[in-house]
Amino acid sequence: MAKLADWLRLVVLAGVAAVLAVPSFQAAAGVGLPKLERGKGEKCVEDTQFMRRNHMELLKHQRDDTMRKGIRTTKHSLKGCVECHAGSQSGSVAAGKDDFCMACHVYTGTRLDCWDCHATKPGRKPARVADPGQAAASPQMPSPKNGGGQ
Amino acid sequence: MANETCLNQAACRTPQFLMLLVLGGLVMLGTLFAFFTLEHHGHVLTGMNNQIVWGLPHVFAVFLIVAASGVLNVASIGSVFGKKLYKARAPLSGMLALAMMAGGLAVLVLDLGRPDRLIVAMTHYNFKSIFAWNMIFYNGFFAIVGLYLITLMDRKLKGFSTPVGFVAFLWRLALTTATGSIFGFLVARAGYNSALMAPMFVIMSFAYGLAVFLLVQTAMYWWNGLNLDERVQARMEKLLAVFVAASLYFTVVFHITNLYFAKQWEFERFILLDGGIYTVLFWVGQILVGGIIPLVLLFSSAARKSMALVALAALLVIIGGHAQMYVTIVGGQAFPLDMFPGYAESSAFYDGVVAQYSPSIWEFMLGMGGIGIAFLATTIAVRTFKFMPQDDFPALESGKD
Amino acid sequence: MSAPEKQETLQERREFLKAGAVVAGAGLASGVLVFGAAHSRPPEQAASAERRWGMLIDTNQCGDGCNDCVNACNTENGLDGKTGPQDSQWIRKLNIKDLRNGRVHELPMLCQHCEHAPCVDVCPTGASMKRADGIVLVDRHICIGCRYCMMACPYKARSFVHEPLTEQNPEVPRGKGCVESCTFCVQRVDRDEQPACVEACNAKGHQAMLFGDLLDPESALSKALKSQASTEVRADLGLNTGVRYQGI
Repeated sequence: MAKLADWLRLVVLAGVAAVLAVPSFQAAAGVGLPKLERGKGEKCVEDTQFMRRNHMELLKHQRDDTMRKGIRTTKHSLKGCVECHAGSQSGSVAAGKDDFCMACHVYTGTRLDCWDCHATKPGRKPARVADPGQAAASPQMPSPKNGGGQ
Repeated sequence: MANETCLNQAACRTPQFLMLLVLGGLVMLGTLFAFFTLEHHGHVLTGMNNQIVWGLPHVFAVFLIVAASGVLNVASIGSVFGKKLYKARAPLSGMLALAMMAGGLAVLVLDLGRPDRLIVAMTHYNFKSIFAWNMIFYNGFFAIVGLYLITLMDRKLKGFSTPVGFVAFLWRLALTTATGSIFGFLVARAGYNSALMAPMFVIMSFAYGLAVFLLVQTAMYWWNGLNLDERVQARMEKLLAVFVAASLYFTVVFHITNLYFAKQWEFERFILLDGGIYTVLFWVGQILVGGIIPLVLLFSSAARKSMALVALAALLVIIGGHAQMYVTIVGGQAFPLDMFPGYAESSAFYDGVVAQYSPSIWEFMLGMGGIGIAFLATTIAVRTFKFMPQDDFPALESGKD
Repeated sequence: MSAPEKQETLQERREFLKAGAVVAGAGLASGVLVFGAAHSRPPEQAASAERRWGMLIDTNQCGDGCNDCVNACNTENGLDGKTGPQDSQWIRKLNIKDLRNGRVHELPMLCQHCEHAPCVDVCPTGASMKRADGIVLVDRHICIGCRYCMMACPYKARSFVHEPLTEQNPEVPRGKGCVESCTFCVQRVDRDEQPACVEACNAKGHQAMLFGDLLDPESALSKALKSQASTEVRADLGLNTGVRYQGI
C-alpha cells in the first residue's frame, strides 16, 4: 500500500512538472527572441536589464502612488512608457503582437491587463461628441487612422 | 465493491445516474458558454444596465446562498437541539448546504465585471463593507460545514459533531444575517434600508432550505422505491409550514412598517399596487404560490399520506422564493431613487422613472449554472457516499427524539 | 518645499544669524507655507487632508437646456456621450419640478464626493476610495466589478462599463468590467486646473459651478458658502457632500 502511494506521488509530481514546463517549450524549440523596436530618446529611465526584470514592480508602485495618493511623478509612469515605446508603425505599444509590450508578453505567455483600461497610444483623443468634422481635423491624433499602420 | 460505492442507491442505477450527470453537464456547458461570451463582449449582452445593476444571476445566486444556509438547519436541529429524526438527515443536509453554497457563489463570481480578479477579492478586504464580511462568511462556511460533515460521517469523530455543529449553526445564522444586511444596509434606496432585512432573510432561509431538503429527500426515496415514514413526513411538513408562515409574517411586518413611514408610501404603492411585473410577482409569486398555497397543501389531510403533495408544496416554496428574490433585488432597484423628495425628476440618465429590465438568455444561462453546480454535486455525492437518511424507528416510537 | 528641507534651512539660518534671526526665520518659513498652499502641489507630494475639494452649484444660473458641462466632461474623460441604459454618464442634467407649486429647476448631477461616501463603505475590496483631499475615486486596479457601490450610491452617480473600450484618454484610464464615476477631473485638479465641467460652464458665461477648497476659508467657494444659503442633496443621510447646491 505504501509502495502504491509512493508511486502515485511520483506520477503526480511528474505531471505537475510537465504542466509547468509547457510554457517554456516554445523557447526551447528555438522560437526567435522577440525583436523590440528602439524607444525614443537616449536611454530608458532605468538600466535596460533592470527594466526587463522589474518594470512591473515599478509600474505597480507608481500605479498605487498615483491612483491612491495623487503622486504624479513622471519617471516611472505608464504614460511615459507609452510615449517612448509606441511602435512607429502602429503608434501603439499593444495594438499588434510586434508592438513593444506584446512582443515579450506573447513570447513569455504572460497576460497583462493594463490595456483593458489604459490608452496604448500617446496623445489625447480628440472630442467625438459634438462635431465629427472638428474631431477629424485634430492634430493630436498620433496616427492618421484608428489603429492604422498600413 | 459495487455494493459499497452505490450504497443505498438500489440496483445501482448507473445509466440513470449518467443521464442525470449529462443533464447537469449540459446546463453547465451552457453556463460556461455564457460566461466566456460575456467575459469577451462585456455585460452589454445582458439586460442589466446602469439602473438595474444586479439582475437575474443575482436572483439565482442569492436564493442559492440563502437556501444553502437554511438547508443546514436540518442538521442543526439534529446536532444542536438533539432531535434524532433530524440527526439521521444531518449528513444529507450538510452536503446540500455545501453544494448550494458552491453553486450560488459560482454565479456571483461569474457575473463579476472582472471575474479574473477573484484573487483580488480574496486578498483585499475593506472591513467596513458588509459585502467583504459576506465573503469571509462564505469561505468560512465551506471550512466549518466541511468539517462538520466529516465529524458526522466519520465514526471516530462522531463525538465532535455536536460542538462543531453548534459552531456551524451560529456561523450560518451570522451568514444569513450578513446576506440580508447586504440589502438592509443600502440606506439610500426605499426598497432596502431596513433592519428587518436581516431577520427576514434568516426566516426565509429556514423555509427555502427546508423546502429544498424535502424535495431532494423525496427524490431520493422515490428513486429507490422507498416510502418516507408517515411520522417523519408529518414532522417535517409541519416544520415547513411553520417556516413558511413565519416568512409570510415577516413579509407582512416589513410592508406594514414601510406603510407607517410616509416617505415609503410611494415604494409600497409600487410593490403592492401598480408596479407591473413586480406587483404580480409579489402577490402571485411570493405570497400565493410561495406562501398560501403551500400552507393549504401542508395542512390538508391529504398531505399526511402523500409524499408527492409535500414535494409539490416544497417546490412551490422554492418557486415563490425565486419570486421573492426577484421582487426584493430587481424590484428594489427598478423603483427610482428619490433624490429630491417632493419634486418630480427627469434626465437622460433615467432619473425619476421606473427602470426597465428585460433579462437576456445569457444571464439566464449564467444564473442556471448555480443550480447546475448544486445539482451535479448532489447527484455525485448521493451516488458515492452514504447520504440516505437512516431512521432509528424504535427511538422514534418511544418518543425519544 | 518639503518639511526636512525647511528644517535644514532653518538650521543654517540659525547658525548663521544666531539668536536674533530665529524669529525672522520662523516668520519666513510660515510665509513660505501660506505661499505654497495657494499654488499647485508638486508632483512628488501626495494629496493631503489639508484640503478638501468641493463645488457649489447655483441652479438659478444653470442654463435652460444647456448641456455644455456634460459635453465638456465627455470630451475630457473620453466618454462617447451616448445615453442608452448601459452607457456611462459621469455628469447629467437633471430637471426637477416642485410637485406643490410647479417651480422647475435645472441642475447638473454628478458624484457628490461625500465625506462619508456610501460607495466607499460598501466596496468589498477597497477599490472605491476617497483620496486625502476628499475626491472619491474608483481604483480600477482592484475593482472586481461587483456593482455594490452602484446599489449604495444615493445619487446614481456611478456607471458600469458594459463593453470593451479602446482609444481612452491617456490621462483617464477606463475599461470594461469596472465601475466609474466623476473624478472632479482629478488629472486637471492635480495640475491646478478646474474640472472640465466648471471650465465649460464659465466659458458659456453661466458661472453656475464654483470649484474650490472647502477647508481654505479664503477660497471663493468657502466665502460663497459662508454668505449664501446652500443645500446638500439628501442631507438627511448625513453624508457631508462635497458638492452643494443653491437656489433649490
